Amino acid sequence: MTAEKMALAKAINESLRTALESDPKVLIMGEDVGKLGGVFRVTDGLQKDFGEERVIDTPLAESGIVGTAIGLALRGYRPVVEIQFDGFVFPAYDQIVTQLAKMHARALGKIKLPVVIRIPYGGGIGAVEHHSESPEALFAHVAGLKVVSPANAGDAYWMMQQAIHSDDPVIFFEPKRRYWDKSEVNREAIPSPLHKARVVREGTDLTLAAYGPMVKVCQEAAAAAQEEGKSLEVLDLRSMSPIDFDSIQASVERTRRLVVVHEAPVFLGTGAEIAARITERCFYHLEAPVLRVGGYHAPYPPARLEDEYLPGLDRVLDAVDRSLAY
Amino acid sequence: MTVESTAARKPRRSAGTKRTAAKKPPGAQPDLVQLLTPEGKRVKNGEYDAYVADITPEELRGLYRDMVLTRRFDAEATSLQRQGELGLWASLLGQEAAQIGSGRATREDDYVFPTYREHGVAWCRGVDPANLLGMFRGVNNGGWDPNTNNFHLYTIVIGSQTLHATGYAMGVAKDGADSAVIAYFGDGASSQGDVAESFTFSAVYNAPVVFFCQNNQWAISEPTERQTRVPLYQRAQGYGFPGVRVDGNDVLACLAVTKWALERARRGEGPTLVEAFTYRMGAHTTSDDPTKYRADEEREAWEAKDPILRLRTYLEASNHADEGFFAELEAESEALGKRVREVVRAMPDPDRFAIFENAYADGHALVDEERAQFAAYQASFADEGEGKQR
Repeated sequence: MTAEKMALAKAINESLRTALESDPKVLIMGEDVGKLGGVFRVTDGLQKDFGEERVIDTPLAESGIVGTAIGLALRGYRPVVEIQFDGFVFPAYDQIVTQLAKMHARALGKIKLPVVIRIPYGGGIGAVEHHSESPEALFAHVAGLKVVSPANAGDAYWMMQQAIHSDDPVIFFEPKRRYWDKSEVNREAIPSPLHKARVVREGTDLTLAAYGPMVKVCQEAAAAAQEEGKSLEVLDLRSMSPIDFDSIQASVERTRRLVVVHEAPVFLGTGAEIAARITERCFYHLEAPVLRVGGYHAPYPPARLEDEYLPGLDRVLDAVDRSLAY
Repeated sequence: MTVESTAARKPRRSAGTKRTAAKKPPGAQPDLVQLLTPEGKRVKNGEYDAYVADITPEELRGLYRDMVLTRRFDAEATSLQRQGELGLWASLLGQEAAQIGSGRATREDDYVFPTYREHGVAWCRGVDPANLLGMFRGVNNGGWDPNTNNFHLYTIVIGSQTLHATGYAMGVAKDGADSAVIAYFGDGASSQGDVAESFTFSAVYNAPVVFFCQNNQWAISEPTERQTRVPLYQRAQGYGFPGVRVDGNDVLACLAVTKWALERARRGEGPTLVEAFTYRMGAHTTSDDPTKYRADEEREAWEAKDPILRLRTYLEASNHADEGFFAELEAESEALGKRVREVVRAMPDPDRFAIFENAYADGHALVDEERAQFAAYQASFADEGEGKQR
């Protein structure tokens, strides 16, 4: 068995299964993750095969889920907890920020907190309020946390393996609208380092940097631009903390232009940090200011308007045109 | 029906004494478990006497010594704050019995999750007092290895640690160990959502954890009435586990009740809430001024119930301790104060690069980059002399 095509959700399921098989200390916790297999079926079948002691349906209390996961980690377990939807993480935000992120440092490194927090995030599925948000910058801003997001099934499998093996807490953002997208998973491959960006399409005129659900949009935009004779490079950042600035810099030094794309609001977002740092690193290489495409500084809109809010192919290409016009 | 109307109806109900009497089974617990009265008299208790039945005079003297030394340490820390050696201190004055009684009930393999005021429990667990002072001096944010004494770091965010204790206890149960976990918190924390969630989680998973609430009557300036309409120990009932109120200034009762609760946990009978009814005789912290919100008479009334005094009376009356013991303890106490003073004054500031240490276990590219920038910035002052650099 080498490469196998599967959906992103299935790849995470397989990765969790591998982890449960190989390490008795790995636990799955969350609301409805057991019998139901999670509302997106990401944990489907795991409780049946590993039992209620390892795949744990929890009370409906997010702070309790993360707080008890911290206690389990202190006891030597490696909990992988699920927050059902992006907008529901905030009751746990206190535990994540004040406890989980800082405890290793507070103990001067003498204890470790290997907790993975899985959060399905982003829009595009026509959901009700609080089910479509992209709060990754709120976590990337906090020292002590690592924040990642896969864009395809292969990365989803391997990045989950790496997140579980990490001795630091990892916030694992899953692009929910890509859950059903299939791609190759090679379980015998040597995976890229967890926090390393990857060039998914080479180009010479401009770099598009994205992660999670927006990688596919950027790839489509690059294909469309190709037809207009523009060669766009697409970078899948994969990690929002740390951000692989070296790879972005290397790309921008070649293309001299950068557009960052994410679903999250542009204001004080991941793109803002990238723009600032790349401006510092590549000031004499840049032919245009770094541009950002993302959500607006308004509450996530009702589903009938989300296509207007979310960056799509045309909004990405509009930013590309503006950059190239400098 | 409003809450007020329920409250108003209460006296009418209790007036029907028959109903109240019928609800209370014979030999039911009194509201407050007490084995040693404020006057130092030993009183019988059918339920909890068994847990201190075999206590020896030597062990009683040990409890007394623990309380005296803890109070001395605490007083020294308060002085050190006044002298500018500590940034802040949270005194446990008045809560010695609650902390020593419960702390001495724990077994070596049990695990303790404290707030930031559990200096007496830390003492019982063998934590070096210097560790506690480092945090309040500002040389670190905790600093000790929790696994050395099974004593977790002090937690400053109110109530957070009750969930950590619950999770840890869930892990103990998974491991099939017969250890127990004890989570400390206060009357103020009882209002926190995390405490409520820890009650829920521990109950549904039957986790071996004891919730030890020191109700010291004051959450900074807010009295317990601002936190609850029912006695705190009664909250447990709604979660499906027992709750007990113990005289928090009675070290014997605290020892007995905590032992009982820990043994329940070990036997797989799940969580217990112990409310130790006590009093914060000092300020909330050295930054607080209790004269703004409470009367001196209240403190004086509680001083009459002093935890150390009543055990001394009992020890003397029952000839368990002689003058030599008290004199020796006095000398030991002063030696401890001196040692604490010296340790704190000699405590060096951390290396400035400690800012970046242990932010992550597996490293982080941005931390590396910023550390290098910080180092370069610091190095730019090198010509001002090595003395400035650490």
